[in-house]
Amino acid sequence: MSFTHELIKLVQQDRVGKYLLSSLLAVSIMVPVLNLLVPESSSLHVSTYVVTLLGKYLCYALLAIALDLVWGYGGILSLGHGVFFALGGYAMGMYLMRQVGDRGVYGNPELPDFMVFLDWQELPWYWLGFDQFWFSALMIILVPGLLAFIFGWLAFRSRVTGVYLSIITQALTFAFMLAFFRNEMGFGGNNGLTDFKDILGFDIQHGGTRNVLFVVSALALAVGYLLCRYIVNSKFGRVVVAIRDAEDRTRFIGYKVESYKLWLFVISAMMAGIAGALYVPQVGIINPGEFSPLNSIELVVWVAVGGRGTLYGAIVGALLVNFAKTFFTGALPEVWLFALGGLFVVVTLFLPQGLVGLYQQTREKYLARRAV
Amino acid sequence: MKTLDQIKQTMRRDRVFDFMVSTGTHPVHRGEIDTSHGPILYVENINVSFDGFKALNDLTLYIDDGELRCIIGPNGAGKTTMMDVLTGKTRPDSGTAYFGQSMDLTRMTEHEIASSGIGRKFQKPTIFPEHTVFENLELAMNMDKGVWASLQFKLTGEQKTRIEEVMQTINLVQQCHTAAGRLSHGQKQWLEIGMLITQEPRLLLVDEPVAGMTHQEIEHTAELLTGLAGKHSVVVVEHDMDFIRSIAKKVTVLHEGHVLAEGDMDTIQNDPRVIEVYLGE
Amino acid sequence: MCIHHTVHASYRNMKMLAVMFKILLFIGSLVSYTAAMAAQAEDDFVSGLTQLTQSDFDVKEQAIKQLAETDDERVGKVLPAMLSGSLYYVKADKTIVYIKKTDDGYALTSVLENTSLGVVSKRKIKKITVNNKLRKQLSGLIAQRGMTHHDPAVRLASVKNMISQLSQADRENIQTQLGKEQHKDVIAALNVALAMLDAEHTDKQKQLAAVKLLAESNYPESRNLLKEILIQAKAADDTTLINQVSMSLEKIQVRAERYQTIETVFFGVSLGSVLLLAAIGLAITFGVMGVINMAHGELMMIGAYTTYVVQLLMPNHIEWSLLVAIPSAFVVAGLFGVAIERGVIRFLYGRPLETLLATFGISLILQQLVRSVFSPLNRAVITPDWMSGSWQINALLSLTYNRLYIIVFSLLVFVGLLMILKKTSLGLHVRAVSQNRTMARAMGIRTEWVDAMTFGLGSGIAGIAGVALSQLTNVGPNLGQSYIIDSFMVVVFGGVGNLWGTLVAAMSLGIANKFMEPWVGAVLAKIFILVFIILFIQKRPRGLFPQKGRAAEN
Repeated sequence: MSFTHELIKLVQQDRVGKYLLSSLLAVSIMVPVLNLLVPESSSLHVSTYVVTLLGKYLCYALLAIALDLVWGYGGILSLGHGVFFALGGYAMGMYLMRQVGDRGVYGNPELPDFMVFLDWQELPWYWLGFDQFWFSALMIILVPGLLAFIFGWLAFRSRVTGVYLSIITQALTFAFMLAFFRNEMGFGGNNGLTDFKDILGFDIQHGGTRNVLFVVSALALAVGYLLCRYIVNSKFGRVVVAIRDAEDRTRFIGYKVESYKLWLFVISAMMAGIAGALYVPQVGIINPGEFSPLNSIELVVWVAVGGRGTLYGAIVGALLVNFAKTFFTGALPEVWLFALGGLFVVVTLFLPQGLVGLYQQTREKYLARRAV
Repeated sequence: MKTLDQIKQTMRRDRVFDFMVSTGTHPVHRGEIDTSHGPILYVENINVSFDGFKALNDLTLYIDDGELRCIIGPNGAGKTTMMDVLTGKTRPDSGTAYFGQSMDLTRMTEHEIASSGIGRKFQKPTIFPEHTVFENLELAMNMDKGVWASLQFKLTGEQKTRIEEVMQTINLVQQCHTAAGRLSHGQKQWLEIGMLITQEPRLLLVDEPVAGMTHQEIEHTAELLTGLAGKHSVVVVEHDMDFIRSIAKKVTVLHEGHVLAEGDMDTIQNDPRVIEVYLGE
Repeated sequence: MCIHHTVHASYRNMKMLAVMFKILLFIGSLVSYTAAMAAQAEDDFVSGLTQLTQSDFDVKEQAIKQLAETDDERVGKVLPAMLSGSLYYVKADKTIVYIKKTDDGYALTSVLENTSLGVVSKRKIKKITVNNKLRKQLSGLIAQRGMTHHDPAVRLASVKNMISQLSQADRENIQTQLGKEQHKDVIAALNVALAMLDAEHTDKQKQLAAVKLLAESNYPESRNLLKEILIQAKAADDTTLINQVSMSLEKIQVRAERYQTIETVFFGVSLGSVLLLAAIGLAITFGVMGVINMAHGELMMIGAYTTYVVQLLMPNHIEWSLLVAIPSAFVVAGLFGVAIERGVIRFLYGRPLETLLATFGISLILQQLVRSVFSPLNRAVITPDWMSGSWQINALLSLTYNRLYIIVFSLLVFVGLLMILKKTSLGLHVRAVSQNRTMARAMGIRTEWVDAMTFGLGSGIAGIAGVALSQLTNVGPNLGQSYIIDSFMVVVFGGVGNLWGTLVAAMSLGIANKFMEPWVGAVLAKIFILVFIILFIQKRPRGLFPQKGRAAEN
């Protein structure tokens, strides 16, 4: 009872959050309806391709708020958050791979195709358990969380901050990329994990499954948003911002800064892992490219474009930039990198608070003028 | 329950045997600083050097419980470095610094030192600019500062009253919901002092509290600090001689990393060595 | 008086003329004699060559002998060509030619005039065939010719060649050469050859001595021979021989391992030099200015592309192209750097994270720029002749020239940069600004100008690094990306703001990497290095050589 009460209070206090959550609700009803019930001939029909695309965007948005939590609030610029996203994705991919069973090209009931191809005789120990959904779901959260814990524990304890931290997070994801490219790692090497058949018994290609995945992604984003909102509104959130603005001061009034940073980082990594896990069944593949440092840095731009330290800014940025990316890479592929690069420069030079900040500033100015 | 507490008291590691006092992970009991021998702070033979430059040179200093001590000295005398050592920011190359009889400051981390009861005000006013005045004070407030406690924290009425009291003391009631970054320089100084007060430390280290303040503000600060002494021990580092004369009973002069002279203001002002350091050369 | 004088003079002149005439006559006869000799040799050569077209192998054998005796330079090319089967004759006029297979037929080169005779189809030409007897004769003659060559390097090469296909028939040849040879390397090689022959000798004493001698040899052939002898000795249960051979083999083994280590260190140092070149520019912008330049890799890429363009502009002087490319790359990359600094970075001083993002954006733009202007594919940058090949120290150890040059080059750049920072006024200003910006400005230093120049300097060095990289890796739009993380690792590992730290870090990472590679493979070695640095930074957040004190705090 008190939980619902808290939740209602949380939403009530959050003006923009209310709009955000209601539009998420609206979208998660409208899109499946327009896809499944409206006939294809109608101009209102939303194709399954678009449903999947939107689902993908929602996963990116969840990843973006995870980053905003550490960067916007904690001041920790992670250039390797893709590593958690990809690990979550791989955990899901392993589950999906085991679900293929003997329907693979080689028809081996135990081993995924790539292992048969590599002439492996039995499943490596770290693949055990991934045929169970509950175990995989646990791993989706635990593996990124554990990596974040170990890395964060080492880094924050020895006060690695600022650009140093950014650079070693980048090195971290780069090291993972190199490692996962190796066939010997047992994660499908270059090709990664793909050719999934079904999830929890439902055909992964089926339109209905796609719609469910879309709705689940929307739900995950909503829950993720509320969780982050709760965290940043709590005193924990205030301490984290205090650490961002004056780390030494926070220490000298008696806060164990490393612990705060560490838990913030771990929570964020877990959210990124969930985002990756939802992403994989929708796009149908996970490969080492997801670890590439470029992906992680692109993610930073989503948050920067939207406006960091607001949570909804991250969502706006993720949706806008990815929409632009889909558009450009389809229509003018050679322009995309120019546009993305330009975006980096323009945002850092002219929009330090992002689009949300711009909107707020103009709104304040407008209100001030009206008051006069 | 009472027996349990008694056992806990007798078994307290810092009370029983000295060699059992573990380092770093020292059990910190607030308000139980052992000042039975008088001083609350023992600084003995501290040496710190940066790339060959000796910032502190065999510094030895004792602060009594409840005392208000002023520390003066020319630039580079090692005042800020001394504060850094006492708050765990800088580790000394050699020497000891004890808080009470049993807490080895040279082996504790910043937050351990802070929660054991040492508060610090920086030379440059350091407050949390994005937080309101109220939130700044709330953050500093003496309470469980662990991660889990912070996640569940709810402000009690008592705590709210306390914060309001402090805001009165530091004259910032009007600015209660203003972001601290928007305060004037003097107001920031006060806010930082206010944060020190809500933190309720046993020992306050105050670095240049009146820099950039108007005359009135300085007077008010002097009142504040002298009011704090007695219940707390206060160490003030300052350049402003008038201010020091208005508050100080005992003054320590630092020069080139060690204590040059110590005594009341008149003795100090007539000490030929001090005069030479300040006026000579 | 005047006339008399003239007559006298003319007489004297005549006498002189006579002497000169005699001399001329002598020279003339000499020339004509040599000419006649040469003509004779030319005739021998031509007739010998013509006889090669005969199908009778005995005739060919005679012809080969005749050719070998002519001492003609061209023989040096004819015999190996015949042995390798690339000597043909044109069916129509029996012209002897070298052939080279091309896409649309066979390209012919005249043996006599060394001129190109165009491309013909296979049907127009016929191969000059050899049998086993001729093959043997040919290789013997080639070796012999090589061993009598005036250049010791050629002689050495031919002895080495002989060692690789040694037979008892060579013994006599070797012994004659040993008698004549002066050069100590060639003597050593000949002695090895002789010992290898002796090692198979039936005379026990001689065999043992030879086996002992072979312990000093670095030739893989002699090592293989010893292994064979060991097997034979074990079969024969010959204890003394087994012991001697094992001892020699062990000695060789120890030496081989030592050379292996030297080679690994060399590879490590050369990788370290590349890292140093890549990181040193970054060390300036990052260390001295506190600017995170993620576009640093792309500035290297620009340097590499500048090399490519320079080579396009001077296709006939490839050997000089690198010397032109180095200053050009410095200027081009430097100008890009100044533009980046003036256009973007100067608005972001004191905000390192923002700088990082903005420069990353710039790196994307530069990559796409190169893709659009050149192509997304790799460009071929030519390696000049003087960069290729290797320095053969002995049979077990050879160091490639391109790596050697890069080691030297990177150290030169390092020292140069150190000098610039230590001795020039720019260096003084740079250090002043990096230590206290406001103070420097107050003292009248144009900090903005210093910033631009420093950044330009760092970028220019990245350009130079690009020239070096163009000689080692593919020049493509992704060139920079693959080096940026490594470069950051070097700077962070070495300690920011410390050029010596960068040197030590680059070298130790390079060497560590190369030592690990044989154990775990290149990829894992790289991963281990990354993980090591990630852990190292936790232990020493300010790198190997940290700055201490007040300056480091801010």
